[in-house]
Amino acid sequence: MKSESTTLGYNSKVEGEVVVTQADAVINWIRKHSVWPMPMGLACCAIELMAVGASRFDISRFGMEVMRFSPRQADCMIVSGTVTYKMAEVVRRIYEQMAEPKWVVAMGACASTGGMYRSYATLQGVDRIVPVDVYMSGCPPRPEALLDAMIKLQDKIGRERSVKNLTAPKAAAAAPAFAGKEA
Amino acid sequence: MSHADFASLQERFAYLTERDSADHLAVNCPAEHLLEFCTALRDSLGYDLLVDVTAIDWDAETSPRFTGIYHILSTTHHNYIRIASDCTDDAEPSLPSLAGLFPAANWHERETYDMMGIRYEGHPDLKRILMWEDYPYHPLRKEFPLAGIEVPFPAADVAETANAKVLPAPMMGGPFVSSADGTMREIEPQAKDESWTEKEEQS
Ligand code: SF4
Repeated sequence: MKSESTTLGYNSKVEGEVVVTQADAVINWIRKHSVWPMPMGLACCAIELMAVGASRFDISRFGMEVMRFSPRQADCMIVSGTVTYKMAEVVRRIYEQMAEPKWVVAMGACASTGGMYRSYATLQGVDRIVPVDVYMSGCPPRPEALLDAMIKLQDKIGRERSVKNLTAPKAAAAAPAFAGKEA
Repeated sequence: MSHADFASLQERFAYLTERDSADHLAVNCPAEHLLEFCTALRDSLGYDLLVDVTAIDWDAETSPRFTGIYHILSTTHHNYIRIASDCTDDAEPSLPSLAGLFPAANWHERETYDMMGIRYEGHPDLKRILMWEDYPYHPLRKEFPLAGIEVPFPAADVAETANAKVLPAPMMGGPFVSSADGTMREIEPQAKDESWTEKEEQS
């Protein structure tokens, strides 16, 4: 209870009594500043991903340094590397284990399109099995490019309708239209 | 100085024939004598390190179609020997497994089986090592296209939820090759035929 001796850190005279905002604005603000990435490191791009986490590039400046190797504690899968058909199943299963809301960043040429591996063994873009939010060019992309992509993802999260995963789960709309297309 | 030259080898193993080679000693050895020959190489000639197991597909019209290749190094004499062994059956090629002699042969033979479809008789666990287990083809055979062939996605449940398939890769005028000389820009790997456009791909 407030008594004579209580001091408050909140000055109602200066700051007013009430803050008016929208649920979307608050929820998205919270979400975008605590992205917990799941490093899906599959090939050489993962080395750049590690550099981003280290002190020189320091992803924690943007509030997303909490890399979690358990999908259940992560909400942004960074697919960094070549996705083979043999591994694609695993990538999809890990994606499904992540809690909603979740986002996917396709890091580098391989994850975005199959890259230089136009062959029988390589999935031609991870967007054929999971919905991708941000694509990055480069082979490998520079760490700054990953930071840029993550900031773009933050912008995107900021523009989302925050309850959309309650009404229409992303996973249902996972398959992009061309996934089943005959080549 | 080679400690085992072809003449001395042939004296002991009459079934060997010499093989053209640009570098090391190379011999042809019939498949039925392969185990015996390699055992002798390991135990009495000092060839103690199996470096590589691979195979050649000469193409479907040639018989014998498949040749198994082995590189063995002598760590005491510091030289290699290359052994080539033709598979007698072209349709279902097989060779004796060296996994009992050299543990290193185990995964090498699984890879050659996976890529070429050569069965290694006596191998302790001959299953695919690179492609997933029920993949129906052997991708390094001559008739197999680089882009691949449409087959079911490895996991049926994932294939259903993600609506995914294993499709031939778009070659886009590839494969990408580097021309031997020129400036850095010119020797960058590129498709020989660049007449494709993204638009055509989508239609
Ligand atoms: S895009 Fe390049 S650097 Fe990244 S995984 Fe593929 S080959 Fe490696």
